[in-house]
Formats: sequence, structure tokens, C-alpha cells
Amino acid sequence: MKRFLSQLGWPIGVFVVVMVAWHLATKVFEIPAYILPDPLRVLGAGLEKRANLFSAVRISAAEAGLGFVASVVGGVLVAFVLAQSVVIRRCMFPYTILLQTVPILAVAPLILMWFGSGLRSIILIVFIICLFPIIANTTQGLISVDRNLLDLFRMGNASRAQTLSKLRFPHAIPNFFVGLRISSGLSVIGAFTGEMFASSSAVGEGGLGYSIIYANSQLQTDYLFALVIACAALGSCFFFTVVFFEWLFLHHWHASAMRPDPE
Amino acid sequence: MTAPLPTLAAIEVPGPGTRPFVSVTGLTKRFSNGVTVLDDVSLDLARGDFVSLIGPSGCGKSTLLKLVSGLSPASGGGITVDGMTPENARELMSFIFQDATLLPWRTVIGNIVLGLELEGGTTRSQRRAKAVELLGLVGLSDVADHYPRQLSGGMKMRVSIARALATRPKLLLMDEPFGALDEMTRDHLNEELLRLREEQKWTALFVTHSVAEAVFLSTRVVVLQAGPGRIRRDIAIPFPFPRLPDLRSDPAYLDLVGQVSQALRDICIGPKGGET
Ligand SMILES: Nc1ncnc2c1ncn2[C@@H]1O[C@H](COP(=O)(O)OP(=O)(O)O)[C@@H](O)[C@H]1O
Ligand SMILES: [Mg+2]
Repeated sequence: MKRFLSQLGWPIGVFVVVMVAWHLATKVFEIPAYILPDPLRVLGAGLEKRANLFSAVRISAAEAGLGFVASVVGGVLVAFVLAQSVVIRRCMFPYTILLQTVPILAVAPLILMWFGSGLRSIILIVFIICLFPIIANTTQGLISVDRNLLDLFRMGNASRAQTLSKLRFPHAIPNFFVGLRISSGLSVIGAFTGEMFASSSAVGEGGLGYSIIYANSQLQTDYLFALVIACAALGSCFFFTVVFFEWLFLHHWHASAMRPDPE
Repeated sequence: MTAPLPTLAAIEVPGPGTRPFVSVTGLTKRFSNGVTVLDDVSLDLARGDFVSLIGPSGCGKSTLLKLVSGLSPASGGGITVDGMTPENARELMSFIFQDATLLPWRTVIGNIVLGLELEGGTTRSQRRAKAVELLGLVGLSDVADHYPRQLSGGMKMRVSIARALATRPKLLLMDEPFGALDEMTRDHLNEELLRLREEQKWTALFVTHSVAEAVFLSTRVVVLQAGPGRIRRDIAIPFPFPRLPDLRSDPAYLDLVGQVSQALRDICIGPKGGET
């Protein structure tokens, strides 16, 4: 745990340095505030509109979080089915790749048409964006078990359920977390994309994506920056929550979990 | 000190009418790609035998073990273990692989209880007690709660041996279990293996590339040739048990090591000529 926290020291240091440099740059080069506002102004705008900002963060976090959790459940179920046989994989895997290759921007209008604007459609978009990395990585983990270990279980007359629970599932956990890491970042992007299409425009209901578009149209560059930073912070929160759980589950035995290294 | 000279009396000969414990007759294995890996292999093991298989790479030693364990089906011929088909005799057998094949997410104790867990019919505390007893036998009591990544190669192999013995097997199948270890560790584990054998009286079918190891451990050394795999020689090693480390400097032992090495060389420059 200590080690985990000490890993955060360096990135925080970098953040401080960048902020100071940014502040000095706006002063030295006299950059106008509507192009690049001073970080102190950004902070000020964020504090002034904190009610809006927090509600935007809360809404986006809920969309991204719910979509992400749904994709974890759905992705693991699909991976479980795919892992059952080579025939199933041959038949189905090409279709899961479609999730990755068809741009979400192309599908979003359809989703909007079918499900209307609002939370449901946004969560669905997050779900679709997050699904593939979880399916692909978890399936890989379930099927890439060492031949000798499988033989060991066969020698012990292990049932299919035993082989699954005592061998395939634990073996798949590191891969599963690789998928989670990727999808945790994608979930915020998904919520953002979803809001561009499907956000309900009533005051106080828009998430970060909606608020950014709005702030941009109003030329509120300082608030826009505050929103962008909030977006990055939200994504990092998701990512590091996943990394923390990964560490919690794997640090006893798995080499990659001994140091949380973001990809 | 010298070990007693080989005598006929020291060789275990099953009495007439005694059924061999493991019986392999006219065994053939052809893979789906059409390559015949084993051709008409016949081999009997009496109860208590320790038979080593030695031969050039690719001559089918691992394949033979897989067939005896029932992990892979034979293409022809028959195998019985204690009168049963290999599949039905699995409860009597344990397999030890070259790499220790431990579950990395389980502690040493957790790995040792695996076989008992799969078998069922024991409580958690019974299994743990059994594992603790075995850890004592293989000298690993100190690392019971360590994870495999914290262990050396030799220690991992001890865990693997303890795991195999936990289910009280009558037949141990070992595929180059010490192949990846340095010579000192290997010699040490050889002696431990024989000590465990004295206590537990299992029968062993053991694959190795080391002639010295094969002669030290075995009641018989079977030399296989490649392309297709056939039994070339079956050499009795008549030294009595328990065998002590100084057997390794005994002239009679060195003589047998020489004989087996010669048999191996004969194969490599055999009738077909060239290395296999
Ligand atoms: N599943 C398989 N399919 C086809 N050929 C195989 C398979 N397994 C092993 N072989 C071939 O059988 C031969 C014997 O293999 P193996 O029993 O592993 O040899 P050894 O253990 O004596 O080195 C090798 O030539 C190998 O390529
Ligand atoms: Mg082999």
C-alpha cells in the first residue's frame, strides 16, 4: 500500500511543474484569456461554477460507471461463452471484432433513434465502447492455460467446473485486468461521446461532454479548461481504481501487479 | 566402502503367475499427422520397480508417459495399470512434469492440497494436516505460506513432488523432473526421492537425459531409440536399496553408467547412422 502511494508522488510533482510553467507562460507571453487562460483563472472559474461543475462530473461519472460495470458483466459472460470451444470462437469472435472496428460515431445516431436521448442511450454507448477489450482479454486469459496444468487437472480427474473455478478463472484474472484498464479509460470517452449526441439539454442535466460544448459556444474558455481538467481527473480516478483492485488481487503472486505501471 | 556387487538375488523377479503392476504390450502411437512415434513397445513394471526411460530427444519418452497416464490414447496395443485401463487407474497415479507446474496464485500449502481437493471427501483441516506432513518430508516446512515465485527451482520441484505424493499414488510418472536443475540440487533430490520411495513404496516410471541419474535411481534402465520409438535395451541395475550417495563412486556403479552410455552411443551411430 505504501509503495502504491509513493508511486503517486512523481506524477503529482509533474502536475505542479506543468501548472507553474503554464502560469508563467501566460504572463510572460501575454496570451489572451480566451485562447489560453491562466491556471488561476481556470481554478477561479471552476470554483465560481462549482455547482455546475460537480453536477456535470457526477452525471458523467454515473454514465461512465454504469456503462463500464455493465460492460464488465456482459464482457465476462461473452468471454465465458467464447472460451467453451474453438467452434464457438470461430463463429462468434469475428462479430465481437465489429464492436471495435465500427466507429461508435456511426452507430450513435441509430441508438439515439431507437432509445431516445438521455441516460439510457449514453450508458449503452459507454457499454459498447468498453465491451471489446474486456471480451478479448478475458477470453485470451481463459483459453491460454498451460497444457501441463490442464493435464495435471485431468490426472486429478477434475470436473469441468473444478477446472474452471480452480484453474481457468484464476489464470484469467491478470488478462481480465488488462481489459479493465483499457476500458476504464474508454468509459469516460464513451460518456463524453454519448453526451454529444444524446444529452438531454435541460439545465443541470448535462454531463461533462454537454457542458464542454456549451462552454465552448459561450466562449467561456476558462470554464472550458476547468471542465477538460475535470474530465481528465475523472478518467484517472477510474483508471487508478482499477489499478488499485488489480494490485489488491494480484500482488501476492503476479509479477505485473507488483508495480502499477500505466500503459 | 563399496556397495555389494550385483547379484541375481538382488533383482526383484516377480514369481510365476504374478501379474505385472504396469503392463505395456505391443504399444503403437501414431499422431494425426501420420508420424509413428512409438512402434510395438512392450514393457512390464513389477510392483516396486523404478524404471528409467532414456533415449535421444524425440524418441517418444514423453509420449509413452502420456499414454500410460491415459492423457493421450494409444493407436494400437494395450496398457494396463493394476489390471485397469489407464483412465480408470488415474486415482493410483501421479504425474510430475519437468517444470514444476505449480499454480502461481496458490501458496505452497495450497498447491500441495490441490490433488486432495479435486478428489473430494476430505475436510480443509484434514487436507492441511496432510500437506504439513508432506512439507516436513520434503524439507519445506519453513516456506509453507510462500508463493511459487518466491521459491528456487529446486524448492518448486520439491513442492511438485509433495503435491504428487499427497494423493498416495501407487505409480509415479515423472517426465524429466530434475532436467532444469543444477547438478548438486539434482543429486540431492535424487537421494530424497529414494528416501521417499523407501517410506512409501510406490512404483516409478521416470524419464531422464542423465545416465548417472538413471543408474543411481533405477531398478531398470530402458534405452529407447528414435524414428520410430522402440525399446533397444533393458538393463537391470541390481544395487540394493537403500542406496547411499557414495554409490556414485562405486566401480560397479561407474561400470553400469558406462554400459548405459555405450548403449546410447550405439543408437546414435546406429544402423541408420547419424544423430537422431
Ligand atoms: N501432439 C503431437 N502431434 C504430432 N506429433 C507429436 C505430438 N507430440 C509429440 N509429437 C512428436 O512425437 C515425437 C516424440 O515426442 P516426445 O514423446 O515428446 O519425445 P521425447 O519426450 O522423447 O523427447 C517427436 O518427434 C514429436 O515431434
Ligand atoms: Mg520429453
